[in-house]
Amino acid sequence: MSDSHSLDGPDGHTHIHDHSHDHGHEEHTHPPSDLELRVKTLESLLVEKGLVDPSAMDAIIETYEHKVGPRNGAKVVAKAWLEPEFRDWLLRDASAAVASLGFEGRQGEHLKVVENTQTTHNLVVCTLCSCYPWTVLGLPPSWYKSAPYRARAVSEPRAVMAEFGTQLAEGVVINVWDSTAELRYLVLPQRPEGTQGWSATQLEKLVTRNAMIGVELAAPAEGSPL
Amino acid sequence: MIGAHDLGGAQGFGAVAATKDEALFHSAWERRAFALTLATGMLGQWNIDESRHARENQPPQRYLDNSYYETWLVALQKLLLQKGLLSTAELAALPLVESLAVALENIPSSEPRHEQPKALTPEQALAALRRGGPTELASQQTPLFEVGAKVRVQPMTQAGHTRAPRYVHGALGVVQSYNGVHVYPDANAHKSSTSAAHGEPLYTVAFPRAALFQQENSAGQVMVDLWEPYLCDA
Repeated sequence: MSDSHSLDGPDGHTHIHDHSHDHGHEEHTHPPSDLELRVKTLESLLVEKGLVDPSAMDAIIETYEHKVGPRNGAKVVAKAWLEPEFRDWLLRDASAAVASLGFEGRQGEHLKVVENTQTTHNLVVCTLCSCYPWTVLGLPPSWYKSAPYRARAVSEPRAVMAEFGTQLAEGVVINVWDSTAELRYLVLPQRPEGTQGWSATQLEKLVTRNAMIGVELAAPAEGSPL
Repeated sequence: MIGAHDLGGAQGFGAVAATKDEALFHSAWERRAFALTLATGMLGQWNIDESRHARENQPPQRYLDNSYYETWLVALQKLLLQKGLLSTAELAALPLVESLAVALENIPSSEPRHEQPKALTPEQALAALRRGGPTELASQQTPLFEVGAKVRVQPMTQAGHTRAPRYVHGALGVVQSYNGVHVYPDANAHKSSTSAAHGEPLYTVAFPRAALFQQENSAGQVMVDLWEPYLCDA
């Protein structure tokens, strides 16, 4: 489970942090926090007024907890590694290429794919809020929305990547994409060496969420269960 | 506005808490606050730029101290009040949360509506997610700048919503691509419910990182999506 304490800065101060960290298991909080009570009452009020249908809320949650997530993006990446024509289409018109796999909708209306090469690496951030390509990656992780990442991805991308354990070779150019408009960016990582002849299903397992944001590289072949 | 949300290049926040996988929501209320925001957003009473501005336009110390979904909750309540879907009295009757109180002070409320919009069914909500909200407009407008053109970002100190991050204000860049005419957030966040969406040409502009920041002595660019009114010839 996630450690919300880890969102705190090393100086012990808490920034854009998670107030739920006092509670161990989220569904069994005793007593309920002020925020829980407030949200519950607000929901009841809006339901009573006919403005929201709780089952529609459940359907929205179900979509992002179980249906839309980074496995969508991994399928896109694996297909691009295997099919040069699909890769070209993806780089030319990502929205259409990705929609051909059935991934479309909210926060993926205007998609762009940026490709990593031997000489250029790409990293995605939203310094102003939390813009993220939902259709291919689902909802963003906490660190992507946190002040340290939003502040530093543009100014010191190498240092940020090092905090994810990623070391790029010297001389590799890092381009950072700040999602300030409604364009949403997905990184096409480099295909790991030693994966010749691998199937799409095998390749997808190497494509992590973090590699598609650009803070990591795709997982190496040797670590993968075949 | 240059608010606390405008974080690019800010210092003192410490290291990124890198995680590979984690729960999407850290408590039950976050899950419901997320879904409430999306479900009420689908009523069509406000647009994404009004919603962003409602989140960002908080006292800076409050914005930084809020958790992510607290800020969503602040914005949701502001918008419900501003659009007349909830009254000040109804909001005041909710259980008090100190962290939300300041942000919800002095919000202009509207007359309560006689005709309320109607909740979407689960099917309608899922269809709305699939449809999304494209922002590119069909337009005959000719972009002023060509790909490769040198541009300078205007100084931008006006109040109101903008998507030009402060770290590029006044900076020199090169148009890397042209992305068509898109809804202009600076106007859209403050438009009346009856006026049509205003569009402006949208560019991706490349800035050499070394010219913006001195932290790392490495080659590379920062690419920022900027609308034409943010830019001038360089």
